[in-house]
Amino acid sequence: MSGVAGARPGAVRGAPRPAWFPAVLGVALALALTFLTLPIVAIFLDSSPARLIDALGEPAALDALWLSLRATAMSLGLILLVGTPAAYLLATRSFCGKSLVITLVELPLVLPPAVAGIALLAAVGPSGILGGAVEAAGVELALETAGVVVALTFVASPFYVRQATAAFASVDRTLLDASRTLGASEARSFLRVMIPCAMPGLTAGTALALGRALGEFGATLMFAGSFQGITQTVPLAIYDRFSTDFDSALALSAVLVAVSAAILLSVKLVQRSEALGGAAG
Amino acid sequence: MRLLALVLATAALAGAGCGDDSEAGSGKRPRLVVSAASSMTEALEACAPHFAGANVRLQFAGSDELAAQIRQGVKPDVFAAANTSLPVELHADGLLSSPVEFATNQLVLAVPRDSEIDSLGELARQDVKIAIGSASVPIGSYAREALGRLPAPQERAILDNVRSNEPDVRGIVGKLTQDAADAGFIYVTDVEATDGELRSIALPPELQPTVTYGAGVVQGAERPEQAERFVDQLLDGRCADALREAGFRPPPR
Repeated sequence: MSGVAGARPGAVRGAPRPAWFPAVLGVALALALTFLTLPIVAIFLDSSPARLIDALGEPAALDALWLSLRATAMSLGLILLVGTPAAYLLATRSFCGKSLVITLVELPLVLPPAVAGIALLAAVGPSGILGGAVEAAGVELALETAGVVVALTFVASPFYVRQATAAFASVDRTLLDASRTLGASEARSFLRVMIPCAMPGLTAGTALALGRALGEFGATLMFAGSFQGITQTVPLAIYDRFSTDFDSALALSAVLVAVSAAILLSVKLVQRSEALGGAAG
Repeated sequence: MRLLALVLATAALAGAGCGDDSEAGSGKRPRLVVSAASSMTEALEACAPHFAGANVRLQFAGSDELAAQIRQGVKPDVFAAANTSLPVELHADGLLSSPVEFATNQLVLAVPRDSEIDSLGELARQDVKIAIGSASVPIGSYAREALGRLPAPQERAILDNVRSNEPDVRGIVGKLTQDAADAGFIYVTDVEATDGELRSIALPPELQPTVTYGAGVVQGAERPEQAERFVDQLLDGRCADALREAGFRPPPR
């Protein structure tokens, strides 16, 4: 990493930049900034704080928030539990077909939510290829909160696994070797050395998955339906209100923006402390 | 990364293809944007390409959602809703021309083809899962209107079995064809459009709500004359024929 970063200033120094280029860069950034922030600013300008608090007092809105938080927490639990060891394996072993495995694991990243919804129905829906097995196990997914958790997990987990794999791969292998030389089993080294060392990356991955799960809409609607308190998460509640109560839809949107901004901010803080920690070490 | 690039490239090509179709096929013909209730998808897709004088771009969604878009300043040329109240409200607010009633539809109970359910009464059974339209969509309010004419305990028992309030007809049909729900309330035309995947059970006449479709020209439409002609032939013309073929009935006289 430091080698690449060190090479860059030298290369730039060799070729003087024309004066118009920085202007183009500035204009491009200004355009991007305006385009990306204007809709978000409009959410807050269009709804008064009083209206916002009112809308949050509605039972349906509170149900949606509570459901979103519960379903997201459950899906994050699953993602961390399964995704962490899987990412560790991907980061530390090389085996035949590994890049294919990585591509498959990352595929949901580029799937449209509607495709995710159809795919889940075709796989584990009541008449999907595994529908009978799911039913035999006594689990109901469609139109149930469990279905929401499945949808969120499907779309959000690649964000975590991808980030966690990178985090494990960048841990200095001599630390792991030292731990093994001192007699620790691989499982113990994984828990006591690898996870703490990769923690900033794992946290960032968790936050990304959290943001994606909170915002999930299409797969949830298609696979799990929309019912207050059971399957109607905040994005679905926003869509439901869009036609009848635009103010309330705005207020719920504002809450989602605030939560998402808090997530993004915490990722930045973690990454900064990681950078500082790295510099100190 | 390579995969992402491939997917993006494919998407770009597909997008470009669509654009070419609508523009190139048109020559210099003007474009007419029609926002219509999802329940008319099949019928209007069959007749719109034959509309003379303009390329019709159809936009389907729940009527309430389309009305909300118009309130937010989206300007299609024609708005065709699955009820008359939304067009009348938009007209009262100066956003739509005086609406025309152009078709009627029947609300039915729909079940998957091999379902054991044969009557409305069975929906009150405890293990039945029902999908209906959200209260804000016409299909949802018609269903609630019909159920409201049942004795209160029966209405209660049926509504207690509702597991999903879908934003439009397509959501309900999807839940039924995928066996996620056991029964739902949709229009008879939606059942016919599934080509036998779903079976319709007629509601007792005393429960049947009046499902009248209304359409109008959006104020500030780019092509008001063409829009008006499109509305006219919903009432009498190629689209009226397509609607009859799909199971819609003529408007009340």
